[in-house]
Amino acid sequence: MGQTLQRAAQWTTATDGHSGKLEFSSLNEDLLNTVLNFAEGPSGKSPEEGKLVFKKPLTWTTALKPSAFSGSGYIEKGTSVVSEATSPKDACPLLELSGNKLSVLSLEQAENVLRVAGDRKMVELRACLEENKDPVANMLGDRFATVDGADNSIFRYHEEITKEIELLSKQSDESEEKKRELEEKKLVLSLRLKLLRLDEHMLNASIIKITNDVRLNPKIVDGEVTVLKQVSGEDNNRYALQFINYFGENYVYQNGCRAQPWRQLNGDICYLVIKCFDVDHPLYVTANTSGYYLNKGPSKEKSGQLEYERPDSDTYRELVTMIKAKSPHFAEMISKQEFNVKQTKDRDFHLAVAQDDDQDLETTARSEHHQHHYQSKEQTQQGDKDRKKTQPTRTKLEPSLKWKNLSLDDEQRSHKSDRKPTKKASNIHETRSRSTKTPLAEQEDHFSESSTESEEEEEAIERRPEANADLPSEYWQIQKLVKYLKGGNQTATIIALCSLRDFNLTQETCQLAIRDVGGLEVLINLLDTDEVKCKIGALKILKEISRNTQIRRAIADLGGLQTMVKILRDQDKDLKCLAAETIANVAKFRRARRTVRQHGGIKRLVHLLDCVKLNSTVMTPEMEMSVEVARCGALALWSCSKSKKNKEAMRKAGAIPLLAKLLKSEHENMLIPVVGTLQECASEPSYGLAIRTEGMIEDLVKNLKSSNQELQMHCAAAIFKCAEEKETRDLVRQYGGLDPLVGLLSSGTDDKQLLAAATGAIWKCSISPENVQRFQELKAIDMLVGLLHNQPEEVLVNVVGALGELAKDPPNRMAIRKAGGISPLVNLLTGTNQALLVNVTRAVGQCAEEPDNMIIIDKLDGVRLLWSLLKNQNRDVQASAAWAICPCIENAKDAGEMVRSFVGGLELIVSLLKSEDKEVLAAVCAAIANIAKDEENLAVITDHGVVPMLAKLTHTTDDKLRRHLAEAIARCCNWGNNRISFGKERAVAPLVRYLKSKDENVHRSTARALFQLSKNPENCITMHEAGVVKPLIKMVGSRDEDLQESSAGCIGNIRRLALANEKARYS
Amino acid sequence: MANKRKFQENFVQNMLKNHKGDSDRPCRFTAREITSLLDIFMKFTQGCSNKHRLERVRFRDELHKSFQITDDFLMDRIFRAFDKGSKGYLKPEDFVCGLSCLLVGTLNDQMKYCFQVYDLNSDGYISREEMFHLLKSTLVKSTEEDPDEGVKDLVETALKKLDCDHDGRVSFPDFQQAVRQDALMLECLGNCLPNQVAKKEFLQIVRGETEKRY
Repeated sequence: MGQTLQRAAQWTTATDGHSGKLEFSSLNEDLLNTVLNFAEGPSGKSPEEGKLVFKKPLTWTTALKPSAFSGSGYIEKGTSVVSEATSPKDACPLLELSGNKLSVLSLEQAENVLRVAGDRKMVELRACLEENKDPVANMLGDRFATVDGADNSIFRYHEEITKEIELLSKQSDESEEKKRELEEKKLVLSLRLKLLRLDEHMLNASIIKITNDVRLNPKIVDGEVTVLKQVSGEDNNRYALQFINYFGENYVYQNGCRAQPWRQLNGDICYLVIKCFDVDHPLYVTANTSGYYLNKGPSKEKSGQLEYERPDSDTYRELVTMIKAKSPHFAEMISKQEFNVKQTKDRDFHLAVAQDDDQDLETTARSEHHQHHYQSKEQTQQGDKDRKKTQPTRTKLEPSLKWKNLSLDDEQRSHKSDRKPTKKASNIHETRSRSTKTPLAEQEDHFSESSTESEEEEEAIERRPEANADLPSEYWQIQKLVKYLKGGNQTATIIALCSLRDFNLTQETCQLAIRDVGGLEVLINLLDTDEVKCKIGALKILKEISRNTQIRRAIADLGGLQTMVKILRDQDKDLKCLAAETIANVAKFRRARRTVRQHGGIKRLVHLLDCVKLNSTVMTPEMEMSVEVARCGALALWSCSKSKKNKEAMRKAGAIPLLAKLLKSEHENMLIPVVGTLQECASEPSYGLAIRTEGMIEDLVKNLKSSNQELQMHCAAAIFKCAEEKETRDLVRQYGGLDPLVGLLSSGTDDKQLLAAATGAIWKCSISPENVQRFQELKAIDMLVGLLHNQPEEVLVNVVGALGELAKDPPNRMAIRKAGGISPLVNLLTGTNQALLVNVTRAVGQCAEEPDNMIIIDKLDGVRLLWSLLKNQNRDVQASAAWAICPCIENAKDAGEMVRSFVGGLELIVSLLKSEDKEVLAAVCAAIANIAKDEENLAVITDHGVVPMLAKLTHTTDDKLRRHLAEAIARCCNWGNNRISFGKERAVAPLVRYLKSKDENVHRSTARALFQLSKNPENCITMHEAGVVKPLIKMVGSRDEDLQESSAGCIGNIRRLALANEKARYS
Repeated sequence: MANKRKFQENFVQNMLKNHKGDSDRPCRFTAREITSLLDIFMKFTQGCSNKHRLERVRFRDELHKSFQITDDFLMDRIFRAFDKGSKGYLKPEDFVCGLSCLLVGTLNDQMKYCFQVYDLNSDGYISREEMFHLLKSTLVKSTEEDPDEGVKDLVETALKKLDCDHDGRVSFPDFQQAVRQDALMLECLGNCLPNQVAKKEFLQIVRGETEKRY
């Protein structure tokens, strides 16, 4: 079990000093359970083995009380307990508990301990294993210590025993002593073997568990595709596959995925088209994080889109396995390994051209820059494939230094490196290559001129066809078609537009080719004509290519948005739809959104939303069309609604009631943009109110139960943003929205955005106590605690926020502890995300209100972590940490000592009184009030000058600060001549003014402070002058006993002074 | 006058009876619309020798005026498509049925009509030569290269889109398939249908929703 514990078990990195902690992960839980079963159960252990005395005791810090071992077999010795059973050798008790240290010397005793611990046995076992990193060595001696590499200890031991047995059989005068020793050794061996078996068993189990967790990632997929590419080609005798390619736009996102972001939400990584020799139609494969599976192939309605549904439910972990299952030919080839691998071929080529390399080194740069000639020179592609094949070898070369000599600026160089992959034969890379082409065209031309030396020119002429050959054939075809667009009448234009759409417009090569040959200008100009057909054709193309970010910008630069906004008023509904959809694509960046607004686009888009009845039973084609218009309008508004001013413009244009109407729709494709827009807008308070008053909460809750994760996510996010208002929270509960929210957590979804939205909604909803009750019934705490592990920060922030809110209800604090939530929460205190820290500190603070929780927090050194967060840059974190410290000090056992143990801690907290943030000040005052309960600490903070700093703050008008400040002053009066100092620092008169505040809490703490201060005669005079008596007398009549008492005490002190004064005068 | 009304009634009845379900040249107008169209026809033929014959030149003039179809060659083709039996003139039936296709025709009607217009020799196929003829004036003459070169390229492009069975010529099923794939292809070889605005205006006149222009 040593190996498993060392390797498979997950230890936390945050070690507090010497020993690490076992993480609270499912894997560890499983391991612990197995060990527990072994230790507890009689299975596989003989009584002799149970009695075998350990070489060294297993010692750990226990939570068990001596009284637990009250039964027979144990003797109490003062505070410690020892077992009656002792080891035969040195009469050492087999179990000893002194203080909280527990030592155990045999398995039998260990079993007893676990039995005594009852339901806390897991905790004991965990502590034992955490503190005894190699229990086997302790039990059986250091010779069996877990070591890396080959472990022969058992064999050696076995040999030793056999030798001794032989020896023993020879010596017939068998000494009793020797025999017993041998018996013991045999026992040790058998126990060791059993432990080894346990170890093996656990390792196997954890390996199975770990392998289950292995999921696909873009790197694995790319790797498999690259390998398969090498075994694909046209010849079915030599290659295993005809071809394998990525499907769809060849844009690789930062995370390495190729699937569109909204598909990535479902775990899709990329899509593949695979053509096998013996399968008629190509296979369309989705690479999902859960594995590979078939999809239904390209959509018939929307070109370039896939139908993502799965025809069958087979999922494969490896691509090869999948293709093997689909294509017998492939399986055969793979098993025979009778296929050509392209890589080797390329390498041969590489050798062949190696001698040319010197020359190539010089000319690569040139041939690179000659590429741009493709723009002016129209040369048909001479498809010399052999020559093409030489390209990949050249890409491996380093850029020529000539580029530097030619004083290229960085931008150009980056541009060049950007273009380098163009030369790779695989067309994926080709498509990504020309990304920065147009903006730099001018510079490039300039550059090409600067580098025309006679010798190079010759080279250039030779090389040009080859450089041009790099361009995909689509490029030339697109260029020709754009020429027809430019120089043709309506008929030629229509032919060209229709033909352009036959290209895969989702591919970046084609998108950029259209732009590079000046197609965008023509397409946008066409939108200004009167020809409806041309406009439709042009928009259909623009809609597709505007998914590319560069095209978006180019469209905006060319004034396309203005024209499209105009079209939104057109009679033709098809046109309106297309224009709105294109705007939806283009308006993904800020400038475009501004342009749409400035040209009155928002108003027109909102108009589009106004359609006839949505869910009427009979739908004429015309009605369906107007619903479609509304859907497109919603899509465009969704994009636009990311700008604050647009939200405002939408509201003014009356979008809210229209969205509310559309929200009643039953169709997901309508609901997603509508809810998406609402979700985007809900951050504005005006929308939050409107969403509630327009009755949209009900629909949002209804759609939470949808089966579409994207829709669920947007609904949850909308509720998250709206639930800042109490009424909204109540509505969510009344419509039964809390159940599906919790349901989303338990659905085991991998969709992090959905989780973040759902937990966010739970967080905000749990601000209302009624909702907390419902969450309790739904056992939300357990699920939330479960989410504290292995989640990204955006989820954690919300989870912890929710726990913090829920923990305001005392029973929940216990529930969090029982669910094992305290330790991960405390661990999160070491994070850096400020939003997360604010929530974590709040949650820890809430948990610390319960003394039992406090014990755990203290054990995990949580207070020190909280204290160190006072140094955080962020004021919210500072304030939140200071608030959290208050209950910790209140509930910790030896709070004074603990606080003193933080080196520089007191100085730090006093220095925070210089903060400018009211919230920080209030929190720090509250913390100081708690710290000052301990006299020694009060002395220290007095030395750090707490008195003048508090006095300086007294002029505040903020009631919250006043309350805690007065409290702090009251507490600080209890040391030395602090009372006099407060008087000298002129803190008294401002305090008297606090009594005019409307806040009862302020009165209470102020009265307490005044009572303390009034013990000094000088202060009494000041108070009296400030007119303290009248309000205090009123407060004596208060119902609050505390307030009564302090007020009366203060008046008493003042009165006593007056009496003494009189007495002195008249006597 | 009575005679005229009698003729009108007979004509309408005849159209409704014979052409409503006519698969070749259906008439999808209502009785009232047919009456109104007959009036328009009569106005077109005013001053002609035979009031029931609309001559080619007059027809072309009106086509130009009402539907902004400008290409002479295509107008001629449209006339021929209207003129059933190649009489060289249009009878009222021809006129009403033709306009039915143009204004209220289904996609099928219009595909049939357009194919008829483009199939210059009426052999059931649109050949490369026919396409060349139809498309030759669609490109702005470029100075640098052979002007025919561009047109030939365009023909190939169009053929690629239209010729679904790859036999080098466009049959009616080819054409149908291409148009169903992309509705814009309907008028891919020349403008022979009125645009939305013109259609709407003309229909309003026929339905008596605006002042009569004729």
